[in-house]
This record gives sequence, structure tokens and C-alpha cells, in this order.
Amino acid sequence: MRDAVKPLLITGGRVIDPASGADAVAEVLVRDGRIESIGTGLGASLAEELNEGKIDILDASGAIVAPGFIDIHVHLREPGIEHAETIESGARAAAAGGFTTICCMPNTVPVNDSASVTSYIVQRAREVAKVNVRPIGAITKGSLGEELSAIGSMKEAGIVAISDDGRPVMNARVMRRAMELARALDLTVIDHCEDLNLSAGGDMHEGAESVRLGLRGIPAASEDVMVARDLLLSELTGARFHVAHLSTQRSMAMVAFAKSRGLSVTCEVTPHHFAITDRELETYDSNYKMKPPLRCRHDADAVIEGIVSGVVDAIATDHAPHAGSEKMQEFERCPFGITGLETALGLSIDVLVHSGRITLMRLVELFTTGPASVLKMDCGTLAPGAPADITIFDLTTEWTYDVQQSFSKSRNSPFGGRRFRGGPLATIVGGEIVWKRE
Amino acid sequence: MPLTAARRAGLLDIESLGRDEIESILERAKFFQPLQNESYRRLDTLRGKMIVNLFYEASTRTRVSFEIAAKRLGADTVSIAAQGSSVSKGESLVDTLNTLVAMRPNAIVMRHAASGAPHFLARHLEIPIVNAGDGTHEHPTQALLDARTILDRGKSLDGIRVAIIGDIAHSRVARSNVHLLSRFNADIVLCGPPSLLPPELAQLAPGVRLSWDMEEAIRDADVIMMLRVQLERAHEAPMAAGEYFRFYGLRLEHLSLAKPDVIVMHPGPINRGRELSSDVADSQRSAILNQVENGVAVRMAVLERILA
Repeated sequence: MRDAVKPLLITGGRVIDPASGADAVAEVLVRDGRIESIGTGLGASLAEELNEGKIDILDASGAIVAPGFIDIHVHLREPGIEHAETIESGARAAAAGGFTTICCMPNTVPVNDSASVTSYIVQRAREVAKVNVRPIGAITKGSLGEELSAIGSMKEAGIVAISDDGRPVMNARVMRRAMELARALDLTVIDHCEDLNLSAGGDMHEGAESVRLGLRGIPAASEDVMVARDLLLSELTGARFHVAHLSTQRSMAMVAFAKSRGLSVTCEVTPHHFAITDRELETYDSNYKMKPPLRCRHDADAVIEGIVSGVVDAIATDHAPHAGSEKMQEFERCPFGITGLETALGLSIDVLVHSGRITLMRLVELFTTGPASVLKMDCGTLAPGAPADITIFDLTTEWTYDVQQSFSKSRNSPFGGRRFRGGPLATIVGGEIVWKRE
Repeated sequence: MPLTAARRAGLLDIESLGRDEIESILERAKFFQPLQNESYRRLDTLRGKMIVNLFYEASTRTRVSFEIAAKRLGADTVSIAAQGSSVSKGESLVDTLNTLVAMRPNAIVMRHAASGAPHFLARHLEIPIVNAGDGTHEHPTQALLDARTILDRGKSLDGIRVAIIGDIAHSRVARSNVHLLSRFNADIVLCGPPSLLPPELAQLAPGVRLSWDMEEAIRDADVIMMLRVQLERAHEAPMAAGEYFRFYGLRLEHLSLAKPDVIVMHPGPINRGRELSSDVADSQRSAILNQVENGVAVRMAVLERILA
């Protein structure tokens, strides 16, 4: 019913739009689900409508008005694992995190490896999701790494990329064929880069901490060798290749090198990989268990450097909900992954902006034009005529993350109880306010 | 007495213990050692207390000595082995724990194959937890009884030279011993084949060196601790079958490289002919049986400290 929503005038905010380079206090008028205009003094020309109450006003004074944030890496668990998350609950969590578009990974049950599963997700999202949900299709059938899935039909049904996230394609020949096909279909190939033989049995980053804690290690090399392989295959095939949740110093250096040579390579990083390190593991709290694992200080620093220098294209959450019972086990038996939609912006502001490492413009870019261009999606801009997906946030509101109140169906976040200064204030999708901080 | 970590939370690891605490446990353990031809002292310090021994992993020496220690202090004990209990029927750790807590024990002694399992417990329960060995992390009471054994042989822990040889990567005994010995500025050499000796071990505590060469490791050693190769924990063999004993098996002729009064220790169970030869195990230099004997005395000292 978004068409029936009243026009909305967002006033007093600092509008930052990386697509146009705009950064100034202005008003934003939203009508019929689209951005109608941006400027100063819009109120005067709308006086009549405003007087008659035909336009809603949202006061954004002191806040930043940005294009709707995009998270190109989430797990929504539907179909098949709805006790951990649904498209509806995941989308609510996204809205509360300031995201207006999320791209969901295909490791559902069944795996999104066919047009019928893709269509189900697209249809279901239309019915229940408060934000835009764009599915990512599996590279191989069942994500088993052997036979290519129905990538062409999935594209027609709405996928925006392909990935066997979490179960990386180990066979380089299969990956090569996937990249060739992806190039022809104009799709980005996203890889969760992990050599499963090197990482087998590991529960945390391999290093001094894993040795001290007696937990089996996942070496940085298990990520690096796959990044290297995929960069070579990307060069061989000419495919657009995107490194998911890049977490190591060497992988960052390799992506920087590939970019300097002009390859179509992009990468994303997660807030947890730049905000915390493997030192957190000493409590054996499984909320610190994810893949790639929390790395050591020099890796986290390299991730931040990559953000500052421009090598990193996007911040993505890898939001991976798990039901409480699955995380209430011995550390080595707990599944990998943490939720992240609701804390991503707060952590990014904290670590990157308050510290003075990046500008606000760069921050917004990492959540908007950056991820949009990775997948060649047409969102992430406030250009007149674009869908009215808008994120309003600030750098000053103090809030504490109460994980028990999360919109996600799962509670597996290591950031429960963390204090933040700055974060999302309101999320607008298609001209409708879908979430607002209380 | 100040409220120490050991008193509040039981005993999860050696790493968080200070030198004073270690010394006071070792001193108290001496008091509990049996006199010639007598059995362990019988006290009623812990009368009315109930201790649950929860063993998720097979153990003979450790389980039995914790049981004897508790009984000699007058506590009631219940021992639960993973086999034959609801644990083997797929009950989760947290459910087992909730069930046990409903039985209102005063402390839980836990052995578990997963590193950090007692820490998991300690985060969810109020009562003290004693770690009786967690995965490849720590085995604090083993290190304490090893230290007691070294002292009993007339050696001081200060600046002592100790070689720990074998599967260091998977050894909770090695980790606990390193932390303990390091508190006394010991010179510690960890030795084993590369896949069982991750380089980061050198950062475990001050005073640790690594070596792939056993002869170099035991040169001038006061103590040689041999470890079992834990095939069940390793992904692949560290070296070709048959080569292990040749390079890392302790034989009588090696002992001449160490100090004349060197003692040889092993946390057991020993594999004769795999990590040490039979004649070493049975030699005058072997303190393996003294270690077993000290198990009860040290665990009495630990339980008393936590519960009395």
C-alpha cells in the first residue's frame, strides 16, 4: 500500500548523497514512493499542501539524511530455518539498523539454487518485508560445489549475484565455469573465500590466542589462498568478482593489487572484523564465533586501512542468526555466525568516524553507492526520480544495544549491552517510514 | 584471606592464578600427603557438602583421585560419567547442567573434551567449578600435582629447567604446566614435531622456548615431562608411522644429556615404546607413580580451598 502513503517532507537535515557528491543542509520531498526534489525553501512552494495537512513533515534537524543503506550480505533463514529468522523478522532488524535494501544469501533449506526458490523469496518479501530484499543465487546445485545451478533462470526470477556463501566452491574448474557464465549474464560472483582443507576443524583464528585457549585454529592462509585463486580466475574469465567479508591483511593487499591492475574486483568487510579481534574469545563465548573468524590486531588494522584507502567497496554485516539453543553449547559445537544488522552503523560510526579515520561522505558511500555498484544495482542514490529509500542517522544520540529487544528472531550478537554514540534514527523505504528510533 | 579468583570461581585454569596462590595450594597439599604406609588423612572439613564429579571424557586417575579427595575431606560425592547417563542420550550441556544444579551441589568437578566447557558452565552457574581437564586447554590440578612432585624430589621450582616433549599442541597438561612453571621463572623448552608445536606457543608465557630437537631440549634439564601423542585429537599423523619414537621417544641413553638428578614425568596413561621406553618408565629417575600419589593430596588442597 505504499502508493497510498502521504508525501513526506524531510526538513533540516544534512543531506549527504555520494552519487552526486552533495553534502549540504536541505529539504527532501518524497512523493509517490520516489524522491521528488531536494533543495532549500521547498516548504514555500508546498505551503498550500502543508497547510491542508496533505504532506507529512519529518524533522531531521541535526541529523544526516542519506540514501537508503544497502547490506549485500545477510542470511534470512527462510525458507527452511524459520525458527532462527524469517524474511519478515530479518527485514525488521534491517530497518532498525538503517538498511533499506538487503541481499540474502542462498544457504536456506532448500538452497536457493532454482528459479522457484528465488521466486518464493521475492514473492514472500513483497508480502511481508519492510525493506527491499534482493536474493543471491547459489553457484552450484545445493551449494555442493559440483554442478552449476540454474543461474540464468534465477537471474530472470530476480537474483542480483551468485555465491555459495559458507560452502565455498573448492573445485577451481567449477569456479571458472561459474565465472564465465556470470560474465555472460552480467552477474557478480561473490565468494566466501576459505580453503576448507586448511580450515577444517577450526573454531577461531589461528594464532597466539587459539594456542593459548586450546581451540583449533583457522589460519589466515585459508582465506588468502582462495582470494588468490579467485583473483586469478577472475582475470582468466573477465568476471566481476567480489570478496565477501574480507578479514586478513594479505587478502586486502592482494585485492588492492588486483584493483591497481584494473581487474573487476571488489570487496566488503564486516563491522565485527574491524571493531573487535580474537582477544575477545577468552571467555569462550560463542557469540564471538563466526567465519571468517575474528582475526588478530594487524588484520583488523589492515581492514580499517583498506576502508580508509578506498580498497574496500562496502560494509556488509554477514547477519547470521542462530536460535539460542544452537549457541548454548560447547564452543566447538556451536555454529558459526552472529547477527549484525542492528549494530553495523553504530559500530562503523564508533570505529571509523569518531576516530577521525574516514569522512561522513565515505561512511555513507560504504553503505550506499559502494555496495550498489558491487552488484550493479540501481539503488543507493537520492537522485530525483529514484525510489525514496532514505536512511536518517546521527553521530550524537547515545543508545545501548539491548539484544533481547532485537527485531531479529535470534540473539546471537556479541554487542549486547554495548553503548553507542550515533546510529540510525529513521528508515524510509519507498517513501514510507518503516522504522523510527523511539 | 583475600577473595581470590580460585575461591570465587572454583579453579578454571592456572593462567589466572598468582604465584602466592599456587604456593599456598602446594604447601597445603604437603599437609595432606600420607605418611609412610598410611592412607590419606581423614577430615570432616567438608562435611555436609556435596560435590558432583561430571566426567564427559574417559578418565581413571583424575576421576578416582577427585573422588577420594572429596571423601577424605568428608564431602558427599556423586560421580557421573558421560557414558550411561542422559549425556549420551543427546542431552545438551546446558540441560545437563540445569538438572545437576537442581540437585544443589556445592561444587562441580568437570572433565570435558571441549576446551572452555567449564568456562561455559561457570558463566551460567553460581557454584564453583573445578576444571578437571578441558579439551586441549588446561588441566590445572595436573600441573599442581606435577609441581608438588618436583618439590618432593628436593628441587626448587625457581629457575628450574624443564623440557616438555611430545604433542604440545593438543596438551592441556603442557599449557597448565607452562603457566605454573613460568610463575617461578622456570626455563621451559617445549619440544615436538612441527605439526604438534605451533610457533605461537612461544608466546604462551615468559621463559618458553621451542625446539624440534629432543636432544637439545633435554640438555641440562632438571625435569623431563613426556606427553602422550593424542591421535584422537590430531587431524593427521605428525610424521610417518614408526618415526615418532625414533625422534621423540625418550630412551635411557638420553638421560645422560640432562642433569644427573633429572626426573622424568608423564601425566599418563603412558604408551611404552611410543613416547618413552619401558626402562625409562621403570627407572629410578621416573617420578610417574609419585605423580599419581600426589593427585589425591593436591585435589584435597584444591577442594578445601574452594569449599571450606
